[in-house]
Amino acid sequence: MSRNLKITIAILTAAVIGGLLSLHGLQNRVNRLAKDQTSEVQARREVVAPPITSPSDVAARALIYWASTSSPDLLAPTPIDLQLASDPTVRSKQVLQALIANAPAPAHQTLPADANLLAFYVLPDGTAIADFSDELSSETPSGILSESLAVNSIALTLEANVPSLRRLKILIHGQEAETLAGHVDLTGYFDLHSVAPAAPAAQPAAPTPAADAPTKKP
Amino acid sequence: MNVRRVAETYARSGREILLFFRVVGLNFRHNLAIVSRLACFFLAGCLLFAGLARPQAPPQQQQIPTPPPASNPPQAAQTPPVTQAPPATQIPPAAQISPAHPTFTVVLDPGHGGTDDGARGSTGAVEKDLTLALARATRTQLQQQGLRVIMTRDTDVNPSFDDRAAVANAPRLAILISFHVSSTGQVGTARAYSYLFSTNVSPDDTPTLEPTAQPSKKLVSRLIPWETAQQAYGDTSHRLAEFIQTELVQKFPGSPASSTAFPIRDLRSVAAPAAAVELSSVSVKDAHALDPMIVSLAESVARAVTEFRPSYDTGTR
Repeated sequence: MSRNLKITIAILTAAVIGGLLSLHGLQNRVNRLAKDQTSEVQARREVVAPPITSPSDVAARALIYWASTSSPDLLAPTPIDLQLASDPTVRSKQVLQALIANAPAPAHQTLPADANLLAFYVLPDGTAIADFSDELSSETPSGILSESLAVNSIALTLEANVPSLRRLKILIHGQEAETLAGHVDLTGYFDLHSVAPAAPAAQPAAPTPAADAPTKKP
Repeated sequence: MNVRRVAETYARSGREILLFFRVVGLNFRHNLAIVSRLACFFLAGCLLFAGLARPQAPPQQQQIPTPPPASNPPQAAQTPPVTQAPPATQIPPAAQISPAHPTFTVVLDPGHGGTDDGARGSTGAVEKDLTLALARATRTQLQQQGLRVIMTRDTDVNPSFDDRAAVANAPRLAILISFHVSSTGQVGTARAYSYLFSTNVSPDDTPTLEPTAQPSKKLVSRLIPWETAQQAYGDTSHRLAEFIQTELVQKFPGSPASSTAFPIRDLRSVAAPAAAVELSSVSVKDAHALDPMIVSLAESVARAVTEFRPSYDTGTR
């Protein structure tokens, strides 16, 4: 083996070792960048939709319905700790905001991350009126399945955390919309059957695949 | 002597007949022509009447093998032996159903179209094209069974929801099946949907009749509100969706076992049994991977319609 060849092999080996050593750092950098993007969305949300608080807020465990980890075509209740008010209107706003902003991972998100709850009213007969920003309509993936998951996640989350509500009406930017994204009819109401308040959670912030929720009856 | 007298009598009668025609101003040959023509017309009328009456007989005989309603077997058992329906093995299969029931119509509704693309996949799959392909494949399957099929669109146009519903509401005995392809969901699964209205109705929403409008009550009760036309067909539509989902599960593993009731806008104003079918999804790695799914879905829907039809055809609308 000539001397020049030995030098070449040594240089190449050193380069390979150097590359392998730098892999870990590269991966950390990619993760950091991905985390920065999430925080950017959160920062924007804090400006557009600041946290809803009230003097009557107490720490409570809420059940939020996101897409299941076992099957993204189903919803699963996920217990999370929130500061919840006793007033149904404020409480509804708080759980809906958590539904939009606190998903454990983007894959579990049922509503667009940029959607905002603009207003929420409760009528004396128990009818809840939720007014969302245009993003709910424009950024929800088109399809019966995805649209029904979005509506069901709103309805089931309200049902699980605000038992006094009887039915739900969804508005888009203050107006009645014909459909959510081309399929699901938003001109009517969605029934909310009263259920027990949020059950104690065994594993906070962890979806429970065994409790996959069936499709919500409108 | 007698012969001579008879001959004179006939001659006199003939002269009197000729005299009669001469008095009324008509000639004998002319009257003969008129009488012969009238006889021809009468004969032709008799033949025509006999010809029209004849084809009405077979349908009366064919009414005997009409399958009894599936949901009411005890009535068939109580029928006298002479008019009793034959066993199911003698019932002609749906594949041989001729246009003897021309009013049963299957309306196929390819979702989206025109400027509305619907869902779009990263590989170029577009929902509006796929739904049209699905509807055309299903039409072929149904027409092979002798069924009447109407499409709400057969080109790249986008009728409104009401225009699509109007196509289904025109025939007297129709069903509607709306096709969609989702942008999410496990690839290779399919779902059938029927419409479900809210049951929690506020007292303010309940329509009331004017107390003084007694004469118009009957008229009002017969009218179907366009906006909620599907409400009267909820159970039948759910049954149709169940038939479809049962077939879909066999062809598309991983699909739900039962259909879903949800407010799908396409179905709300349809005054007939209606279901929506959605295939997952446009997010396939290769757009051509959907081609075999289209054929399978068309076969499933056609088979479901065949199985659904007897219970609807013989029932009340």
